[in-house]
Amino acid sequence: MTEMVYGSLPSRDGEPILPKWWRTIDRWTLSAILGLFCIGLMLGFAASPPLAAKNGFEPFHYVIRQTVFGGMALVVLLLTSMMSPAVVRRLAVLGFIVAFAALAFLPVFGTDFGKGAVRWYSLGFASIQPSEFLKPGFVVMAAWMLAASQEINGPPGKTLSFALTIIIVFLLAMQPDFGQACLILFAWGVMYFVAGAPMVLLLGMAGMVLFAGTIAYSNSEHFARRIDGFLSPDVDPTTQLGYATNAIREGGFFGVGVGEGQVKWSLPDAHTDFIIAVAAEEYGMILVGIIIALYATVVVRSLMRLMKERDPFIRLAGTGLVCVFGIQAMINMGVAVRLLPAKGMTLPFVSYGGSSLIAGGIAVGMLLAFTRKRPQGEIGDILLRRGR
Amino acid sequence: MIRTPLRPLARVLKARQTGENPDAIERENIRLRHEEMRDKARLRAQGRLLVLSVFFLGAFMTVGARMGHLAASEPMEPQARASGSQILAQRADIVDRNGRILATNLETHALYAQPPIMIDKEKAARELAVIFPDLDEKELLEDFTGKREFLWIKKKLSPEQKQAVHDIGDPGLLFGTREMRLYPNGSLAAHILGGASFGREGVHSAEVIGVAGVESRFDEFLRDPVNEGAPLELSIDMTVQAAAERVLSGGMKLLNAKGAASVLMDVHTGEIISMVSLPDFDPNIRPRPPTEGEPGDSPIFNRAVQGLYELGSTFKIFTSAQALELGLVNPETMIDTKGPMVVGRHRIRDFRNYGPELSVTNVIVKSSNIGTAHMALDIGAKRQQDFLRSLGFFEPTAVELTEGPGAQPLLPRQWKDISTMTISYGHGLSASPLHLAAAYSSLLNGGTKITPTLLKRVTPQNGPRIISEQTSKLSASMLRQVVTKGTASFGEVPGYHVGGKTGTADKPLTNGRGYYDDKVISTFASVFPAHDPKYVLIVALDEPTETSGPKPRRTAGWTAVPVASEMTRRMAPLLGLRPEIAPAAPAKVTLTSN
Repeated sequence: MTEMVYGSLPSRDGEPILPKWWRTIDRWTLSAILGLFCIGLMLGFAASPPLAAKNGFEPFHYVIRQTVFGGMALVVLLLTSMMSPAVVRRLAVLGFIVAFAALAFLPVFGTDFGKGAVRWYSLGFASIQPSEFLKPGFVVMAAWMLAASQEINGPPGKTLSFALTIIIVFLLAMQPDFGQACLILFAWGVMYFVAGAPMVLLLGMAGMVLFAGTIAYSNSEHFARRIDGFLSPDVDPTTQLGYATNAIREGGFFGVGVGEGQVKWSLPDAHTDFIIAVAAEEYGMILVGIIIALYATVVVRSLMRLMKERDPFIRLAGTGLVCVFGIQAMINMGVAVRLLPAKGMTLPFVSYGGSSLIAGGIAVGMLLAFTRKRPQGEIGDILLRRGR
Repeated sequence: MIRTPLRPLARVLKARQTGENPDAIERENIRLRHEEMRDKARLRAQGRLLVLSVFFLGAFMTVGARMGHLAASEPMEPQARASGSQILAQRADIVDRNGRILATNLETHALYAQPPIMIDKEKAARELAVIFPDLDEKELLEDFTGKREFLWIKKKLSPEQKQAVHDIGDPGLLFGTREMRLYPNGSLAAHILGGASFGREGVHSAEVIGVAGVESRFDEFLRDPVNEGAPLELSIDMTVQAAAERVLSGGMKLLNAKGAASVLMDVHTGEIISMVSLPDFDPNIRPRPPTEGEPGDSPIFNRAVQGLYELGSTFKIFTSAQALELGLVNPETMIDTKGPMVVGRHRIRDFRNYGPELSVTNVIVKSSNIGTAHMALDIGAKRQQDFLRSLGFFEPTAVELTEGPGAQPLLPRQWKDISTMTISYGHGLSASPLHLAAAYSSLLNGGTKITPTLLKRVTPQNGPRIISEQTSKLSASMLRQVVTKGTASFGEVPGYHVGGKTGTADKPLTNGRGYYDDKVISTFASVFPAHDPKYVLIVALDEPTETSGPKPRRTAGWTAVPVASEMTRRMAPLLGLRPEIAPAAPAKVTLTSN
């Protein structure tokens, strides 16, 4: 009666945002990401003081920076994960255009920080690496194109996205940054694979990669040395790889103890590329096992969720994002244990690095947005099929 | 169930007839097709996503397993491999034929500095300059305050010096252990041993490499860890070597010679028992090669091996031996010695006139150039060359010294008849004293070829035969007569039956045209005991002058021979030879019966 007299209570249509977010988010993945971030901070305490001492900062300079960037990354991650896929796509495409322009103008405005490759924009207080931000944008853009091509009378998305990939790979190779170029190529390949690439084409591409590798091996001394170093049975203990291997051995299963590790003093990249060696030395196999389990959780759970997804765009974009995330972790750890030839690759969320942290936050935020539970039309399916 | 007709237009046509809008049906058809495509794509994607999941899971598990495997394995000590391979320090000893040490290693320390961790650089530089007078305080301070992070200061320290540096107390002055090569006998056998120096240097050890002599020739053997420190045994006898050096240097000074060389060789085994070249040096502080002056006068020049000299009349015995061997002559055959002998533009003279003819034995005993030249003409150039080649005069000796292969004898460019004649008495062909020793050994050991060696051996060489035993015996007896009644009468050493041949050769002018008339190489090639040759001793003196008489005398009989006889007198007992005193005339024994 009351309702009839006074009108209905003001009510929102739909659920409030936060409860809905909490109900639909992949909480396992979210927890795993938070866990990785915490481990990264903890390792930063161990791995970065030598670098800080070398550069003349107070010991925990890099830990503080990592915390600040990590906080920003987490905020970005949470905000992104609350968006709907359509909004994500819109922003990601805009972001992609900006990042692409930034990448294209790197040779003009970028700096190389004396490392021989022009990859950064220097902003004074921090530096930005556009290729890090380009990756998630690119994945969404390519996924959109590939998904659109599956529509009847849709655009030729496969060709377009491939052309885009080639352009970006070319730009990255010019810097040179072969690692990121390979990641971009891998992301597109994996999405194309899931979008239904013909098997013959996939085999042909594998052959091409082998062929290109052989050409590179015989023509590039730098490349050949790395491969030789990888293939030779005993590792020279004075190389980075040798130190890393030795650190893992020293650590054993339970580690040498917090702060007792030595490898961080001898490895210049202990806080980035070889952080897993620091983890293995100080905390032993236990922590390494946890880290691997966390990455595996993120990747496998996300893929499982994406298997149920019916929207081709969301499926492809999610696949691209999670595979890039997973392959980075895998390559980084694979190099440290000499399963793969040496290649500089950061460990997402664990390695130190502002750009990569925030870009990682964006990417995982998108991933979480894509893997949220949403109605998949199963009911309609059942009803329609029944009806027929 | 709604059946969809096989022909899509059928429904459209039907709809037209019934007045329905066919577009709706068209759209419915497209929707259905689209849905079907999507379902197919979704199923395929599901399969492929499963493949991806399995791939990632597998990859992460592989990384984990590999990590676990590494963690379970033993850590290995990182080794410094900066210089490619490890520096091997231990170097084998060198010993003489009786196992006495000629070269060994001594542990010592090298001094280096690391300026970044030095505390008081001025004090360190000042005190170092006091401890090592050869260091300059200013330069040290410059080095310490400059950009260098590491510098060697001294390569070897004595224990006292080390303690003194230690007492400076600066943490930036550090010691690296070293093994240094030590020659405990000083300059003894210096030219044979050669010397060693540091090769690649590291903080903890340094490589010791041979730079000359056997140290260099057997460098690989001495450093090879496979030998487990087994010493290198030389044929040298340290006591004999010491006696030889002492007597020879005394003789050299007495005769005002500027250099001397001697070789003592076992005629059967070819072992070099002693080899001396004077002036010599201390291999512990081997001098640098001279940059000016005659390299042949430098102390590091091995006259016995590297020195190529015209060895003069010592060659005559080769000519007579070949003539005997070929059956051209016998020891009593009379040879024309009428002088001067004129050959083209050249005249061959004897030291003094020996009359119209001499027997072959007397040609050798009196040392007649003319007589030898006549025999050589009978032999002929071709056969002479073959014989000298078989004695080893055409190529460097095979002695185990780095310097050996460089000593290629100097031969005439065109072997004319005049060359045949002059070479028959030792002019026109330059060879080293070692060549001569090997040739005399080959000639006198019964006639088999000898290759000189510095390594200890016990069995005779038994090389290819050069001359018959008969000729060998005859030659030895001729050499004995040279001592008993010829030019080498000062060479007699009672009880040792020395035989030998003198040689006095004018030194060629440095410009290569003609000869000095007051500078000679005087040589005495001797053998003892002559009735059963065991050792050959070659003594060569460079520019000796004997001044006891009214006129300076330079012939070998007055210079090289007395020195050689004194050396024989001293060395023969050391070699274990007993003097054989000629038995007294047999006592007249009368056998009586009682």
